[in-house]
Amino acid sequence: MSEANALLFIAGALMMGLGALGAAVGIGILGGRFLEGAARQPELIPMLRTQFFIVMGLVDAVPMIAVGIAFYVLFAVAG
Amino acid sequence: MAVEGEALTASGYIRHHLQNLTFGQHPDGSWGIAHGAEEASEMGFLALHLDTLFFSIGLAVLFLWFFHKVGKQASAGVPGAAQNFVEWIIDFINENVRGSFSGKNDLVAPLAATLFIWILLQNLMDLVPVDLIPWIATAIGIPYMKVVPTTDPNATFGMAIGVFILVLYYSFKMKGAKGFAAELTLHPFESKNPFVMVLFVPINLLLEGVNLLAKPVSHSLRLFGNLYAGEMIFILIALMYSGGIFIGAFGVVLQWAWAVFHVLIVLLQAFIFMVLTIVYLDMAHQVPDDH
Repeated sequence: MSEANALLFIAGALMMGLGALGAAVGIGILGGRFLEGAARQPELIPMLRTQFFIVMGLVDAVPMIAVGIAFYVLFAVAG
Repeated sequence: MAVEGEALTASGYIRHHLQNLTFGQHPDGSWGIAHGAEEASEMGFLALHLDTLFFSIGLAVLFLWFFHKVGKQASAGVPGAAQNFVEWIIDFINENVRGSFSGKNDLVAPLAATLFIWILLQNLMDLVPVDLIPWIATAIGIPYMKVVPTTDPNATFGMAIGVFILVLYYSFKMKGAKGFAAELTLHPFESKNPFVMVLFVPINLLLEGVNLLAKPVSHSLRLFGNLYAGEMIFILIALMYSGGIFIGAFGVVLQWAWAVFHVLIVLLQAFIFMVLTIVYLDMAHQVPDDH
């Protein structure tokens, strides 16, 4: 395997790993706060859940994009 | 599924699936369909992605036809299933627009409804088996076919730039040129001293300008990236069918599991695109109290 090809694999791994790392912390904090809010005011759960999913969709987009591009790099460019 | 002269390898299969059916001018001056990615990129700016246009416009026509038909037949009596469904969607969008839009504009709710349903339909094309439509297209002589319009950045940028033009238009209309300029130059740094304020103006303009221009870019790339990644994973799972009966059977299970998970993403991204459209337009309508 050439050095350029090996670098492509490392690039794909970094993309997936770092993207997942950031989003995991973010969604963890978000979920924790959602539970706190739900425990404090259970009557707000339907409203909170909608907002939770909106923000989760916003945060989740970034690692999913990274996974898609990483797979493209790993399988179509390097493979 | 490879075109003649192209070896059937994994990366060739993926690239073939991610290639749009491009119509444009060849370097020699003739007009026609590109065969392969190199020819498509040689066509430059004036090239049309026929498959994206066909599926997005086709789905828009389907959506308008269905809603028009149901709207004409709507009755105040006991509603049918189709009427119930349409009323439920309209109610859902109405509720969201009421919740996050505080101004007064008749355009926003229909715009939000159009964007939500249109993007949802385009995203749902992702759940059609990845090889089915390209296989039919190959059988009738079309070399490339990318089915999901929202996996083409041209489609998502088109929609996001459309929204961005509306944001600019309503910013000018509601705040006036002066108010809009003030919004871009007098925040976030402020000072009572006029000389310091003059220094702050270019910094504020830079910050707010980047903020403004980042909106359509992130708006469109979010939708594109999610759907592109989803499509990519469907294609990769489809590659497992060539790996013998056990891996193939595992691929069927994975394909199903990813499709179920993808329904969530499909709905969520269409919803988020709509919510962000409403929020951006709401920000364009807000007239500040002072300044």
